[in-house]
Amino acid sequence: MTETLIPFDEVIEKFDPALGLEVHVELNTNTKMFCGCPTEFGAEPNTQVCPTCLGLPGAMPVVNGKAVESAIRIGLAMNCEIAEWCRFARKNYFYPDMPKNFQTSQYDEPIAFEGYLDVDIQTAAGETETYRVEIERAHMEEDTGKSLHVGGSDGRIHGAEYSLVDYNRAGIPLIEIVTKPILGTGDKAPLVAKAYVAALREILLGLGVSDVRMEQGSMRCDVNLSLAPKGSGVLGTRTETKNVNSLRSVERAVRYEMSRHAGVLLGGGAVLQETRHFHEDNGTTSPGRVKSDAEDYRYFPEPDLVPVAPSREWVEELRSTLPEPPAVRRARLQKEWGFSDLEMRDTVGAGALDLVEQTIAAGASPQAARKWWLAELSRRANDMGVDLSAVGVTPEQVAAVQALVDSGKINDKLARQVFDGLVAGEGTPEEIVAARGLEIVSDEGALSAAVDKAIADNPDVADKIRDGKVAAAGALIGAVMKEMRGQADAGRVRELILEKLG
Amino acid sequence: MPEISRDEVAHLADLARIDLDDAELDHLAPQLNVILESVASIRGVAGDDVPPTSHPIPLTNVFREDVITPSLTPEQALSGAPEAEDGRFRVPRILGDEQ
Amino acid sequence: MSDLTRKTAAELADALAAGETTSVEITQVHLDRIAAVDGDATAGVHAFLHVDVEGALEQARASDERRAAGRPLHLLDGVPIAVKDVLTTQGLPTTCGSRILEGWVPPYDATVVTKVKAAGLPILGKTNMDEFAMGSSTEHSAYGPTRNPWDQTRIPGGSGGGSAAAVASYEAPLALGTDTGGSIRQPGAVTGTVGVKPTYGGVSRYGLVALANSLDQVGPVTRTVLDSALLHELIGGHDPLDSTSVDQPVGGLVDAARQGATGDLAGLKVGVIKELAGDGWQPGVMARFQETVELLTELGAAVTEISCPTFVHSLATYYLILPAECSSNLAKFDAMRYGLRVVPDGDPSAEAVMKATRDAGFGDEVKRRIMIGTYALSSGYYDAYYGQAQKVRTLIARDFTAAFEQVDVLVSPTSPTTAFPIGEKVDDPLAMYLQDLATIPANLAGVPGISVPAGLAEEDGLPVGFQVLAPALADDRLYRVGAAVEAALTSRWGGHLLEKAPVLEGVVR
Ligand SMILES: [Zn+2]
Repeated sequence: MTETLIPFDEVIEKFDPALGLEVHVELNTNTKMFCGCPTEFGAEPNTQVCPTCLGLPGAMPVVNGKAVESAIRIGLAMNCEIAEWCRFARKNYFYPDMPKNFQTSQYDEPIAFEGYLDVDIQTAAGETETYRVEIERAHMEEDTGKSLHVGGSDGRIHGAEYSLVDYNRAGIPLIEIVTKPILGTGDKAPLVAKAYVAALREILLGLGVSDVRMEQGSMRCDVNLSLAPKGSGVLGTRTETKNVNSLRSVERAVRYEMSRHAGVLLGGGAVLQETRHFHEDNGTTSPGRVKSDAEDYRYFPEPDLVPVAPSREWVEELRSTLPEPPAVRRARLQKEWGFSDLEMRDTVGAGALDLVEQTIAAGASPQAARKWWLAELSRRANDMGVDLSAVGVTPEQVAAVQALVDSGKINDKLARQVFDGLVAGEGTPEEIVAARGLEIVSDEGALSAAVDKAIADNPDVADKIRDGKVAAAGALIGAVMKEMRGQADAGRVRELILEKLG
Repeated sequence: MPEISRDEVAHLADLARIDLDDAELDHLAPQLNVILESVASIRGVAGDDVPPTSHPIPLTNVFREDVITPSLTPEQALSGAPEAEDGRFRVPRILGDEQ
Repeated sequence: MSDLTRKTAAELADALAAGETTSVEITQVHLDRIAAVDGDATAGVHAFLHVDVEGALEQARASDERRAAGRPLHLLDGVPIAVKDVLTTQGLPTTCGSRILEGWVPPYDATVVTKVKAAGLPILGKTNMDEFAMGSSTEHSAYGPTRNPWDQTRIPGGSGGGSAAAVASYEAPLALGTDTGGSIRQPGAVTGTVGVKPTYGGVSRYGLVALANSLDQVGPVTRTVLDSALLHELIGGHDPLDSTSVDQPVGGLVDAARQGATGDLAGLKVGVIKELAGDGWQPGVMARFQETVELLTELGAAVTEISCPTFVHSLATYYLILPAECSSNLAKFDAMRYGLRVVPDGDPSAEAVMKATRDAGFGDEVKRRIMIGTYALSSGYYDAYYGQAQKVRTLIARDFTAAFEQVDVLVSPTSPTTAFPIGEKVDDPLAMYLQDLATIPANLAGVPGISVPAGLAEEDGLPVGFQVLAPALADDRLYRVGAAVEAALTSRWGGHLLEKAPVLEGVVR
C-alpha cells in the first residue's frame, strides 16, 4: 500500500499532535500473577504451566502478593494515587493464546491512578526542556501465551497453515501504564514519546521490579497518535501502533504516523480508528484490526478473587522503600563527582551510571571509574555485543585494578591486559598480574640497562635531549617500554633518561 | 423490556463463539425472550444507594507468597490436547491480529 | 454380617474399627450393587458416569493394610465414596456431564478429592449431573438422565441427581455434591436423602469446574445427618488455593449432629420464611413441611413466621448472576487445549473450529445460559441486568441478616414439588428454574443450608425435603436441627424414610 507522507515540518505547520502511550511491563517476580509457576524467560515450551495458568477446568487463581507490592511501588514512583480498594475483572474475548478466553485484568478500579512523570528532552540547541506527562492509570493483569505460526510466509500470522502455542508466558504479571493524552508537544512529539518511555524504563530499573528488556518483550509499548488542525483544540481520530519494541522505534513510529495521518487528512480523507503494526526494518506502520464499537469485552469483577485493599500503612511503608527518582539522583551524583554535563550525559548514555557509582563506592576516584567504564569497557561491551553490565568485569574489580595503578604496581597499559584476564575469567586482578607477569619492573639494574640500550640505539634522539630538547625523551621512553614489554613505570624511565643525559 | 431479536440472538451466539444454525436460532430465540422477560422483573428493585455484592462472604487481600510451586510436566500439560507438536498445542490457523 | 450397603458411613466406620469387616468387602459390595442396579443411559438408576472398579479396590486394599498396621488415616478410612463429575480427579475422567469434555482426564485433583484420598476413602466413581451443573433434574446430562430410585420414570433432582440417587439406591454410603442454587439440597429432597450446602468459602472450590464462582459450594450427600457432618468435617477448612476460602478451621459439626439427635431443641428460635410458600407449592409438600415445623415446637423450639420480602426476586437475580459468570467460565471450552474438537469441512480457522465445537459440544440449556449471560454482561445492558442483580443480591443478604437477628435458623420446604416425571419440564426452562425457588437465596447470600427427609407427599407417595438455613459460618446449627428432626421422624416412621422406597430390581445390561 502506498501512503502519502507529508514532510514533518509541514505536519507541524498544519497540525497539533496528541500522543498517548500504553506501556506493558512484565514484572520480574519469581512466580506468575495467579499461580506458583516460574517466570523465567526462554524455558522449553509448556514446562512452566499448571492447571491455573493453563486454564484447566476447576483451577483457580491466587494473587501474587509480591506483584501487588511491585504495582504499588510503580504507582508511587509515577506519583500516582494508590486505590484504597480495587478489584480484578475479567476481560472476555476469545483468542487461542489466552487459556481461559478471558484475561484477568483490572477495569474501572486500577490499583494506581492520577500520576505524572516529568521527562527531559534535549533540543537541537542543546538545551533541556521538561514535559510533564500525566498518568491516567497503572493496573495489574496477566500476560498471554505465545503462538508460533507455521506455514505461509516468514512465520507471520497471515497465511499460516496452523499455529503452535506455548503457554509458559501465560499468566506472567503485567503492569499496564497508560498516559493521559499528551498535548502541546508540537514538533517534539517523537522526542517526548521516546523520552517518556526511556524515563519510565529508568524508573522501573531503579525500582528493580522488571528486567525491562524491550527486545525480549518484557516492556512493550503501544503508541497512540492523533492529529488535530493547528490551534483547533479538538482531538482527532487516533491510531494505536502496537508492540513498538525499542526506544528508537517509539520515536520513529510517532514520526511516521504523524506524517501518514497528515497525508490522509490533507488528502481529504478520514483517519481510521485502528491498530497498526510497526515495522522495525523500514520504520513504517501497516494496518491491523479496525476498532469497532462492536468490540465488547463484557468486563465484570473476577468472582474467584477477592478485592485488594492496600492499607495506608502498607502504602507508606512501600513509599519509604522507593529509590531516589532518577533525575534527582543524577543531579546529586554529578555534583558529588564533579562531572561536566557532557561527562554525565555520556555516563548515563552508556548505561554506566550504576557501575560508576559502585566503582567509586569500592574506592576508585570518579574520573578513574568513568575512564575505565566509558573508554575501555564500553568498547569491549560493544565488541562483544552485550550490555556494559554483562561485560564480565565487576565494579569492585575495576576499583581493584585502579588501586594497582595508583600503587604503581601496574600502569594503564598493563591494566588493559588485566581486564583481558578478567574478561577471560582468570581470577582476581592481583592473580592476573601475578600469573601474566604484568608487574612493573622496579629492578633498577634491568631498567638502567634498558635505558642505556635505548640511548645507544638512538644516538640522534639522545643528542637532542642533551641539547635540552626534553620533549624528545618520549621516543626513548617508548623504546624502553618496548624493551621492557610495557612492564615499567614510565615516570621512573623518564627520570632515568634525564639523569643519564642531563 | 426490549424484545431480543433473532439477529440479536445470532450476534450473541457470535460473541459466545457458538455456531447456531437456523433451526437452533428459531428454537432458542423465543426461549431466551421468555427468560429475559422474567429476569427483567428485578429492574428498579434496588435503588442507587444499594451497593452491589460480588462476593457473599467479604474478604480482602488474599495473597500468595512469591514462591515457586511445581508445574505440570509437559506430558501432563499436553495430555488433553486435541493435537500437539514439538511440545506445543497445535491449533488451526488463527484469524485476526497478532496479539 | 447383614447387607453392608444398608449401613450408614458412621456404622461402616465403626464396623471397620471393630474389625468386623474390611474396606475391600465394603467396597466390593457397593461395586456389586452398582453393577446390579445402575444400568446405563437407557435403563437403571444411571447414577454413575464412570465406575473405577480397579482403583476403588486398590484403595480399599491399601486402607485395609493401614488398618491392619494400626495406622488408619481417618475415622472414615476405608469407607467408599462417590464423587460428582464436576470435581477433577487425577487419572479419572471428568466430563461435567458434557460432550465437550468427553474423555478428558484431568492431571490434577480437586482439593476436596485430595482430602478424601488423604483420609483413605476409596473412590467408587464419578456421578451423573446436569451438564455443567445447569439444571434441576439431571436430564440435561449429555450422557442420559439419572432415574429416581423411588420411581424410575421420575427425575432425581439436579444438578447432582447422580450423587443423590447413588446414596438413595445404596450404591454408595457417601457422595460429594456441589450446590450453586440447590444442586445438593433439591436432589436430597426428592430422593429422601440428606444434602448440605456449607457456608460459601467453607469448603474449597479448587478443582470444582465452576458454574457460578460466587455461588458454588461443595458439600456432602448422604443418607443421614451424622454422615454429612462426618464428611463435611473431612472436606471443609481453609485452602490456600481458593482465594475465597474462609480462613477458619471447620469443626463442631459432628458434635452438633450427635447433640441434635438427642432431640432437645429447647431455646432454639426458628423462623418460617413467609415468602417460601403459597401458589404453586404442592399441597403434599406443604403438609409434610407444616408437620415438621410442629415437630420442632414439640422438641422445644420457639417457632415464628419471618418475612424476607426480597426473596421473591431471588430467582431473577440468580438467573442473571449465574449465566453471566458461567458464560465467562465456559469460554475456556474452545477445542484448543483439551476436550472435544469438531473440525468443519474445508480449511477452517481456529475461530470456526471453536464455534463448531461449542455448538456440537454444549447442550441446549448450556447454550441458553451462555447467551443470557453474554447478553447480561454486554455493554449497554450491564447496569440494567448484571449490575442490578448484584444490588438485589445485597438486599437478599440484608433480609437474611435481619432475619437472623430474630431467629437462630430459618426453615422452608426444600423444593416446591416432589420429583416430577422425566421429560415434563425439559423444554420449559422457567418451570424448571422454579424448582430452586427455596434453595437459591442461601447461595446468593452465602449462608449454609441442609435438606433432610420430611416424609412422603400424600398425593404421589414421593419424598419431601425440609430445609434449614443458618447464618454464615454457623453450619453447626444445621446439624443440630437436622439431626433432631431426623431422629424424631425416624422414630415416628420406625426406620429411615428410604426403607419405604421400592426395592430396586437388578438391571440386565
Ligand atoms: Zn501456573
